[in-house]
Amino acid sequence: MTDPPAEPSVVAGIDVGGTFTDLLLFDAARGTVRLAKTPSTLDNQADGVIHALEAADADIAALDLIVHGTTTTTNAVLERRLCRTGLVTTAGFRDVLELGRRTRPRPYGMTGTFRPIIPRDLRLEVPERMDARGAVVTPLDEDALRAALRRLAESGCEALVIHFLHAYANPAHEIRAGEIAREVWPNGNITLGHALLSESREFERGVTAAVNASVQPLLRRYVERLADTLAGRGYRHDVLVMNGNGGMVSARFVADEAAKTVMSGPASGVMAAAYTGRRAGRPDLITYDMGGTSTDVALIRGAEPTVSNEIEVEYAMPIHVPMVDVRTVGAGGGSIARVTAAGLLQVGPESAGATPGPICYGKGGTRPTISDANLLLGRLDPGRLAKVPGGVTVADVAAVFGRAIGDPLGLDPVAAAAAVIRIGNARMADAVRMVSISLGEDPRDFALFAFGGAGPLHACAIARELGIPEVLVPARPGITNALGCVVADLRHDFVRTFNRPVAAVDMEAVHAVFAEQSAEGRRLIGRQPVAIREVREIRSVDMQFMGQTHVLRVPLPTGAPTREDLQRRFEEAYLARFHVELPEIRANLVNVNTSVIGRRAEIDLSALIDAHHRKGSLEEATTGRRPVWFGAFVDTPIYWRDHLPADAVIEGPAVVEQMDTTILIEPGDTARQDADGNLVITLGR
Amino acid sequence: MTLDPITLTVIQSGLQQVCDEMDLTFSRAAFSPVIAEANDRSDGIYSAVDGSLIAQGAGGLPVFVGTMQYSTRVLIEMIANGKAAAPKPGDIYIVNDPYLGGTHLMDVRFAMPVYREGRIFCWLSNTGHWPDTGGAVPGGFSASATAVEQEGLRLPPVRLFKEGVLDPEIYAIICSNIRVAEQRIGDVKAQAAALLVGEKRLVRLLDRYGDETVSAAIAELRRRAAAQMRANLSLIPDGVYRSVAYVDSDGVVNEPLEIRLAVTAAGGDLTFDFAGSSPPCRGPMNSVLATTLSSVYLAMRHIFPDVPISAGAFEPLHVIRPEGTFLDAHYPRPVSGCAAEVSQRIAEAVFAALVQALPDKVTAAPAGTSGNFALGGFDPDRGQGYVMYQISGGGYGGNADHDGLSNGCSTIGISKAPPVEIMEQQYPVLYRRYALREGSGGAGRHRGGFGLDYEIELRRGAATASFVMDHGRFGPPGVLGGGDGQPNQVTVVQGGVSMTPAHLSKAQDIPLAPGDRVRVRTPGGGGYGDPFARETAAVGEDVRLERYTAAEARALFGVVVSADGAVDALATEALRAAGRRG
Repeated sequence: MTDPPAEPSVVAGIDVGGTFTDLLLFDAARGTVRLAKTPSTLDNQADGVIHALEAADADIAALDLIVHGTTTTTNAVLERRLCRTGLVTTAGFRDVLELGRRTRPRPYGMTGTFRPIIPRDLRLEVPERMDARGAVVTPLDEDALRAALRRLAESGCEALVIHFLHAYANPAHEIRAGEIAREVWPNGNITLGHALLSESREFERGVTAAVNASVQPLLRRYVERLADTLAGRGYRHDVLVMNGNGGMVSARFVADEAAKTVMSGPASGVMAAAYTGRRAGRPDLITYDMGGTSTDVALIRGAEPTVSNEIEVEYAMPIHVPMVDVRTVGAGGGSIARVTAAGLLQVGPESAGATPGPICYGKGGTRPTISDANLLLGRLDPGRLAKVPGGVTVADVAAVFGRAIGDPLGLDPVAAAAAVIRIGNARMADAVRMVSISLGEDPRDFALFAFGGAGPLHACAIARELGIPEVLVPARPGITNALGCVVADLRHDFVRTFNRPVAAVDMEAVHAVFAEQSAEGRRLIGRQPVAIREVREIRSVDMQFMGQTHVLRVPLPTGAPTREDLQRRFEEAYLARFHVELPEIRANLVNVNTSVIGRRAEIDLSALIDAHHRKGSLEEATTGRRPVWFGAFVDTPIYWRDHLPADAVIEGPAVVEQMDTTILIEPGDTARQDADGNLVITLGR
Repeated sequence: MTLDPITLTVIQSGLQQVCDEMDLTFSRAAFSPVIAEANDRSDGIYSAVDGSLIAQGAGGLPVFVGTMQYSTRVLIEMIANGKAAAPKPGDIYIVNDPYLGGTHLMDVRFAMPVYREGRIFCWLSNTGHWPDTGGAVPGGFSASATAVEQEGLRLPPVRLFKEGVLDPEIYAIICSNIRVAEQRIGDVKAQAAALLVGEKRLVRLLDRYGDETVSAAIAELRRRAAAQMRANLSLIPDGVYRSVAYVDSDGVVNEPLEIRLAVTAAGGDLTFDFAGSSPPCRGPMNSVLATTLSSVYLAMRHIFPDVPISAGAFEPLHVIRPEGTFLDAHYPRPVSGCAAEVSQRIAEAVFAALVQALPDKVTAAPAGTSGNFALGGFDPDRGQGYVMYQISGGGYGGNADHDGLSNGCSTIGISKAPPVEIMEQQYPVLYRRYALREGSGGAGRHRGGFGLDYEIELRRGAATASFVMDHGRFGPPGVLGGGDGQPNQVTVVQGGVSMTPAHLSKAQDIPLAPGDRVRVRTPGGGGYGDPFARETAAVGEDVRLERYTAAEARALFGVVVSADGAVDALATEALRAAGRRG
């Protein structure tokens, strides 16, 4: 391994998604960008990575940096293809991972199932106990520990979790148990509960550690194989891998904290949005990533994505490490429309998925979806049906809408399709509103950043519904995650628990913790093989009123706040978020947090659309006209995105098509192209 | 006025959104963990004419399904006959009287009229569970109360906010009668803020679609919800379905209380008759009418989760007023157990009756208790008193598709239990175990889920322990040949001597000294179907995972299995054949 050039000039961002592997290759010296989209190879994602590099005709030996987003751990968790993992825990608490927090999957319905992440026979107890203040109640029984480790290793466990009660308060027993385990455990796949997350709540901490352990061997094998494969092709540097917090980390260390990669895919897209928005002068964004089965929504304030430590990736599976807070809404292009027994039109949550998919995919889908409605209304090109297998015609799609939706509601097929779009948009707008309100924000203060295959088709209508004034469609909406890899920062997040009344907290200790967190973050960034232009720190405290159990994150501009600062900033933040003032009640300092962010060299996004393809006028960028439904069919111009002149201004109605998406500009709306090739659509009222 | 179906759908989701935003605002802004984290609250929109339910937030605590339509109706009636002050714009009423369409005193309801052109268009109302409303014991769950006055402060509907301004005099009276009063202002402000957010969103909807259109949509949605519920109920063959469920005791008189239910299905309507149930009781296990009705509705919604929560959905459900029984208590009967425990027995009776008609949709009985355990004492290290609440889950009933869930939350709740680590941070206790209760799930083709087995040791200072739980006398019943889940079991070790409370699941103020222990084993769920029809591999798996012993597998399921889960197929076949003959 050699050090990279101070400013890497050829950077590849490669994101492996469920269906496609996307690649963006930036060559700063030449000012060029190359793109590739190849099918993902899910049994060995490394093959897909190589295919993508080949498709882009990349000279692998000449690459200065590869940043990689992988779904290896995501898929393993969601499909429960996990490594056999053993747990050693405090006597009396073997079942914490199985009992959970006393819940059920849905508020109504007394059915449902739950499978603990580690089965009961691989969860063993050893005598040891700390109390809540970190004092030893029962010493660690090392003989019992050795016996338990032997038993787990003999039963074929590939990874190990050591999770003791109150280890966040005093990790001595976990640390000692870890030392013993390293002597006897057959490999390095050992996760200590407090190491990833040093906070109380034994179920959440335990699940986080168990997820980490049970994907660690998979991720380790995968990144080793990928690094070997790339080295075999002449690549000379480290591969960096995306984490769910939107930062990246060297492939050499990434498996140590494998749980942090579980939700990295959606995080990449949000990082790209933040970067693009900052350059476009729109630092406050709601991201709207609409795909086939679901839509991801996230909030960005001041070009910083919202990060949460309390994500639950599915029912009763909390992974409490810092992750970009991406909320998934169960509606996408494949959402199925139906008329309920009460005679009401419902869109989603059932989805046609990727197989059979919407009718218009020609893969055997027979039920009406949002994508099919877009096709009937001319919003998507009906001509594309000729290119899909199965011989589906527009008349076939219309017949389905007539039968399934139109007949029961007394509508013709086109009106039925329009109704599906209207209801689908309303439902998605409601979901976006709930996300923003739950984060204490008014959607009208944001611009909507639309990406994913279907996002730009619906964005204007949803923004209008929410009172959002502007929609931003980036130059390459279909490969936003790969762009996220290219522009990602290095990032390390730290949390330290104080849990003391503000009036009594030792402020010098608070300042010392901020300083320690900063130093540790800079040390970790220093060991990564990437040139850094600037190191930034984001500091915050988590606070609450005495008697509360939920906390509010309060940003701080400095690592040396006064006691009065804490109190005042908390009260201000509380009022802004909850619209309630409580001068009667004392405040409590819960956590002290620092995120240390290493920012890399600025990347010029204007090359995302090759200037050579641009035409001199809108007329020349026009590929044709077709009738598109806006209350009635309107003859609408169709433009090819890559051909738009640099300073294009488009008055709606218009459709802009490009390789990976279709953008709908509604009547009264105006789109302007900016220097980076984004379309900024201002909504008419 | 005719409405196109698309506008109808848009207005339906608009009304739902108003309620969901109220729920969210209330939880986010609330001070108490019981509301902010446990979501023990609900918000909805109610008719200006009769208080009937127009829409209710999806995230509300299930026990509140439909309750506020009764309190709103009573409020409207009291205003009409001059028993409550007439409203003005910006007024918000507060009420917690159980007998005026409520639950227990801790569930405090706010109601606010929404005006359009000088007339009330509808009411917005919400309920939040306050941590304390005064009374004999902190928290309000006195297991031995014999009159409502011992349970806390009772408020008739009065205007706490007058034209948008909090009335300091009423508020002062409230604060002088409840514990930790200084924190309540946080919940009061949140509860009012939720209504104001709801009003703002609703007015926007009305401005956009017009009052007349929205009114017409509300009426049409009600008709359609009724039609949808009837379509579901038509799956039930006409006939009478009977069931019985038992509350262990009322906490004062140590006799079981009986719920007798006869459900008559006739042409898509159901009539629920509780005639023959026990008379009103001395202790706090009485229910008030609104809670009894709500318990029936929530049970039906567990069976048909897709029907929207609205008065229309309740239309085909006829509950004969259970006068003269403990399910229709009047002043001054104590009622603190109605929302947490009796409601779950009523739901259990509904499940037990309807599983006969809908075996594919209804489960065997779930644990059905909130498992309230309160420990009050003085912590000498901190120099202050405390009250600790531990709620616990239990096993769910087996069902047509699956085994029951283990450690599920109460039938009427959605609240999470607190982590052991948080409890030990805040109170002078040490948990000796927090474990799956082995062997507790009722046997069946699909077995019941397992209960919880926890043990708490007092470390410092003197304390007293109180319990309001249930299913201590009889376990949750199995159905269609399935066995019962294990009953709730409370054991107290005082000075090394073990005792069980006389009322099994209910007790008040048991004194504890440092080193004393309380062990609670919560019920397993009822089993579903013949245990001898359970797949032998599933029984082997349960033995391998130490959920049942090999001896239990043999006795309960007729499966011969070694400790490592290996099933002896021949011996099992012989044993099961003998069992069937015998």
